[in-house]
Amino acid sequence: MTLLLRPAETADDLTRYVHGEAGSRSFEVAVNGARCAGCIAKIEAGVRGIAGVREARLNLSTGKLRVGWEGAAVAPQAVLRRVRDLGYGAQPFDAEATLDADAAQGRLLLRCLALAAFGTVFTVGLTDALWYGGDDMSAAVRATFYWLAAAIAIPVTLYAGQPFFRSAWSSLARRRTNMDVPISAALLLSLGLSLYQTLLRGQDIYFDAAVMLVLLLLVGRYLDFRLRNRARGAARHLLAMQSLLARRIKPDGDSETVSARDLVPGDRVILASGERAPVNGLLESQATEVDNSLVTGESAAVPVLPGAPLQAGAIITGPAAVLRVTARVEDSLVADLARLLEAGQQTRSRYVKLADRVARAYVPLVTVLALSVLAGWLVVGAPLATAATHAIAVLIITCPCALGLAVPAVQVVATGRLFRDGVFVKSGDALERLAEIDLAVFDKTGTLTTDVPVLANAVPPAVLEDAARLARASRHPLARAVAVAAGAGPVAQDARETPGEGIEGLLEGEVCRLGNAAWCGAPRDGSARLWFRRGDHTPVGFEFQETIRPEARKLIAALSMRHIAVEMLTGDRGGPAARVAREAGIANWCAGVGPREKAAHLEQLRAQGRRVLMVGDGINDAAAMALAHVSIAPGSATDISQLASDMVIRGDTLMPVVEALDVSRRARRLVLQNFALAALYNVTAIPLAASGLVTPLIAAATMAGSSLLVTLNALRLSWRRAA
Amino acid sequence: MTGIALVIASALLVGLGALVVLFWALSSGQYDDLDGDAERILIDDDS
Repeated sequence: MTLLLRPAETADDLTRYVHGEAGSRSFEVAVNGARCAGCIAKIEAGVRGIAGVREARLNLSTGKLRVGWEGAAVAPQAVLRRVRDLGYGAQPFDAEATLDADAAQGRLLLRCLALAAFGTVFTVGLTDALWYGGDDMSAAVRATFYWLAAAIAIPVTLYAGQPFFRSAWSSLARRRTNMDVPISAALLLSLGLSLYQTLLRGQDIYFDAAVMLVLLLLVGRYLDFRLRNRARGAARHLLAMQSLLARRIKPDGDSETVSARDLVPGDRVILASGERAPVNGLLESQATEVDNSLVTGESAAVPVLPGAPLQAGAIITGPAAVLRVTARVEDSLVADLARLLEAGQQTRSRYVKLADRVARAYVPLVTVLALSVLAGWLVVGAPLATAATHAIAVLIITCPCALGLAVPAVQVVATGRLFRDGVFVKSGDALERLAEIDLAVFDKTGTLTTDVPVLANAVPPAVLEDAARLARASRHPLARAVAVAAGAGPVAQDARETPGEGIEGLLEGEVCRLGNAAWCGAPRDGSARLWFRRGDHTPVGFEFQETIRPEARKLIAALSMRHIAVEMLTGDRGGPAARVAREAGIANWCAGVGPREKAAHLEQLRAQGRRVLMVGDGINDAAAMALAHVSIAPGSATDISQLASDMVIRGDTLMPVVEALDVSRRARRLVLQNFALAALYNVTAIPLAASGLVTPLIAAATMAGSSLLVTLNALRLSWRRAA
Repeated sequence: MTGIALVIASALLVGLGALVVLFWALSSGQYDDLDGDAERILIDDDS
């Protein structure tokens, strides 16, 4: 997946995303965040509400919203703004070649699968009639049956076998071999041999075997495709995260909309509340607050004073701000991380899947075997036709049909089971990689801890109870923390909340206030984030700390029991880090680690030969996660780290990490068992085929049998619960 | 024998018919958004 920034795009430029002639135009938008029927209804109704829009349809699988209208009445910007106003990310969609190619490939595979199923039913029906009743038929009827089987099997195999032929051809063109080379050879040779035998009125007809082979292999291929396709879907979501347009202040004081790419250091940019900083810069206007969750993973709003630096990706949550640009888009933090992420993903794509490792040994072996059988029969004086028949029988028998199913069948069952247990696995080989890990690295904030604050300092009980009477009236996280600390109790009369400031209410006739420092007239220093003042008394400060996930300790213990070492890396200060590490039971930890150092640390571990699982949630973890052997993100993670990770946990607990590890290890065991089963089948069948004892009926039956065995073995993964 | 020929011919016709319908469904985009279609049934159009 590519994470490159989009090309330059000014406000007027959007017209290039608009397709179609005047009178009937359409425009495609990548929508981020839509997940359910409610989202579909909301977005489609919202966009249809724009005057002139005739059609709006959201594809939930690809995240693509197609908007059609007549004439030139609708501005693409209006569509984007409407979707963003509804609370979803939206970017003009550059009809990406890869995505369309994916859809086309899925359709081709389904079409091939249907055709192969059709062909199998008829060819097997016709040939079985011949095996069992052939002797009672007249020669003319037998010939008709053979030719009918040929007429169905040959076109079906040639069409439905396309995915294998193409892959084999492109692999041969690069002077390599893959599993599809022997598959294609077996298919083509068995068709040729059967046709030859049909012409000669012979007995060795492999039409049914060829069609069945295509069908079974296509099942494996389609399962694999579905798995990979789901993973790619996540890639698009990054598109909607990068701000593209910026409002630049011209020297005369007016503002103009420009592409973020055109910003140069020294430019001044206006950011409205809710907008994301497109580039790094310094705050020039009044103090404001930003949500840095995209950058640091910490979601609390951070105050920014005039002159302070602001990083790309920070969202303004306070009053509108003016930013003086200090770095171009390509030098800004988000682009930097995207580059790191891409580099990590490239390293990972060098991982050789188990099935490919087997294929590398398998292909030469089978080729040599078939050739030596051919040579052997020629040496003992058999005619060329007989020798070729036996050699082809060996090729057909050894065709990695069960091997083709061995891995995808297990992975589909495993991902299905993990999905039910709350883990979304993005790719099949992620399971293979997870089974190999020996070290788990955790991020702290948002991963081992939650965003829910708890009261940290000792406050006199009477003050706490008074504060709680106000706090119970509010849903603000800090107020909730005070209410939780005080327990259940009465609520103050006439408690009124001023958003962003605090709560005011009467307690026994005295005006009391709970809120920020200014709200309570308290000094704005120290670590207190919430203040309480009763009447004219001195304000009392409340300090908070983050909560450790209740299951953290259990999780670390469970991992140690499975002989996995655990480390914690955090960007936070040493004090809180030490507390979390102690409470979770982690001996090795490192505080004050920035995104780049995290990535460097992972790189170093990789160089030492460690296979690392990285669990993190912030954008600061994304690069490290992409570099890790395998990575898992909690569902609360930022989009970019969910994108970088191999698995995403749904729900608010980390325990599925252990579950995923167990399932992946068992999946690996089952895959190896499946390989053994397939090998066993080959070892017994090859001598029979080489000596010319295998009839086409036996070949077809054993092929179906071994595939069934492998599939049933894979299903065991969902039957037995993990210990 | 004519019976067999008829049975085979009609079975082929039925099978081909099913294939044609499936190919049509595929090319008209009915398999393009399985997730979306599963959710869409929950949308209350009357409101």
